[in-house]
Amino acid sequence: MTTTTQSVGSVSTSAAQTLARPPRSLWRDAGQRLLANRLAQLGMLIVVFFLALAIFVPILFPYNPRIDSDLTAQLLPPSFAHPMGTDEQGRDVMRRIAHGAQASLGVGIGAVLIAVIIGTVLGLVSGYLGHTFDLGTMFVMDILLSFPGLLLAIAIVAIIGPGLRNSLLAISIVSIPIYARIARSSVLSLKQHEFISAAQAVGAGSGRIITRHIFPNSLSPVMVAATLGIAAAILETAALGFLGLGQQPPYPEWGAMLADSVKYLTSGAWWVVLFPGLMIMLTVLGFNLLGDGLRDALDPRLKNR
Amino acid sequence: MGRYLVKRSVTLLFVLLGVSLLVFGFVRLIPGDPAVVMLGERATPENVARVRTQLGLDKPIYEQYLIFIANALRGDLGTSVLRQEPVTQEVIRRFPATIELAFGAMIIATLLGVPLGILSAVKRNSWFDASSMVFALTGVSMPVFWLGLMLIFLFAVMLHWLPSGARLDANAQYEPITNFILLDSLLKGNLTLFAQGLRHLILPAIALATIPMAIIARMTRSSMLEVLNQDYIRTARAKGLRERKVILSHALRNALLPVITVVGLQVGILLSGAILTETVFSWPGIGRWLVDAIYARDYPIIQGVTLFIAIIFVVINLVVDVLYTVVDPRVRLE
Repeated sequence: MTTTTQSVGSVSTSAAQTLARPPRSLWRDAGQRLLANRLAQLGMLIVVFFLALAIFVPILFPYNPRIDSDLTAQLLPPSFAHPMGTDEQGRDVMRRIAHGAQASLGVGIGAVLIAVIIGTVLGLVSGYLGHTFDLGTMFVMDILLSFPGLLLAIAIVAIIGPGLRNSLLAISIVSIPIYARIARSSVLSLKQHEFISAAQAVGAGSGRIITRHIFPNSLSPVMVAATLGIAAAILETAALGFLGLGQQPPYPEWGAMLADSVKYLTSGAWWVVLFPGLMIMLTVLGFNLLGDGLRDALDPRLKNR
Repeated sequence: MGRYLVKRSVTLLFVLLGVSLLVFGFVRLIPGDPAVVMLGERATPENVARVRTQLGLDKPIYEQYLIFIANALRGDLGTSVLRQEPVTQEVIRRFPATIELAFGAMIIATLLGVPLGILSAVKRNSWFDASSMVFALTGVSMPVFWLGLMLIFLFAVMLHWLPSGARLDANAQYEPITNFILLDSLLKGNLTLFAQGLRHLILPAIALATIPMAIIARMTRSSMLEVLNQDYIRTARAKGLRERKVILSHALRNALLPVITVVGLQVGILLSGAILTETVFSWPGIGRWLVDAIYARDYPIIQGVTLFIAIIFVVINLVVDVLYTVVDPRVRLE
């Protein structure tokens, strides 16, 4: 008798332990795989570093680019006082790079955020509704995709005028079709599943099915594309800045810094070009590594692709 | 196949119609009077009236669009406001420079990217694999214009090995036939000119090639890895074929199929990249012309070049899709 109760008791405690264990969700598994990936770790490290730069530097070290020039210290090579040298107006390159992070990352992340929201909504709705709405939306997306991305962004900025806000707008417009297509194609494959029919059978409306059943299941491809998209958007921001269509002087942005200093390269001032470009490359590399890691983590079958 | 082609072509026509509407809308979206914006300080009433007439801005909007389409169909992309040159003529004159650059970049990207991908797949998880994939990832993350500037600094400013820009030396004797300098110099048997054109092409082509090369290397590697896992590769090895033959004639032939598409899809990246590369290297192609036109607010050029590049891009993408179904019969046409 006693033994039986004991054994029953022990069974129930182990069952209780099993139940008490945190549930292993898709996201939790993916998170663990991501954290175990060396390259993704490196990517995260880079991304966190530049995010911290973009967020905290403007708060901790207020900077006024209008009164920054020092005409006694023009184009000085890297030294202890100026680890990355000074530019043609005697401004410390490292300080401008630190302050430029906000513009480059802000536009990159902001543009992708806007594009993901608009694109995902368009893709989900048009994939679910089909018919005329789908045809119309995808037609507009096809038109946007008929331009090489940067060309369309350049053309948009050329029309609405240069500046950081306008480049954000241009880059987000150009990126919308990417997310619309991904969201739409995942809806199309999800629509065939039985759980959608089940939801329809119990009387759930389109809105509920899209937001509660389809959206969560299409999230992972969108997240991967968005992370890689930020990398591309940062490159485009810098390219617009370099062409003089993005951030306007005297405010610092990495691409614009390159444009300002290009003419001094032939006289041997390599530091004004090397460091801003290196920062662009590192940041973009960070987001690319993170995006690759995220893809492997969310869909291990795709590894090595 | 025939039905597929017809269907794709009809879709293409509609898309191009939409593209033309968008490009047409560009100039009409300028806040204020485009003529005034374009002329800036030179906006005297007479000049404004002249530009308005030239752009047809005094006509009703649907008529403007019909004229724009009719002209475009006849190959007339408009007239530059500042220099009064026909845009089409200038595009024809400058596009060979862009093609030459893009072609050079594509050759470099393929010749380096494909072998790099094959070797990485064959030596999977070795130090070579790891370092070439890190190299490829760095390549995808590279700002093209920055790489161009660093190449100029290293090879032109410091080492004086290669010229820093332009298609030829300033004092070169060159009478264009096709405007493809490398082709023209060969046609005339002028090897000195050919060598000079090649020397000018190397740095910009390398800068433009980096991103496509990295993408091609990654794609070749993953495609090779997939093929190497297949049963027929095991069979080929089991029957005692040399590894070299297994890789090069059995695996590679199938692995290259997706790579062909990827190579074709680099056109967009090449055209975008050309805008930046041409700006950095003072390369007189249509990309640099577009950028100059933006600075000068010469909207007909912006409109014409944008439409032209979009048409090229869409048509090449269609050709790549069709070619893919030709090389890979397993792909079903829908």
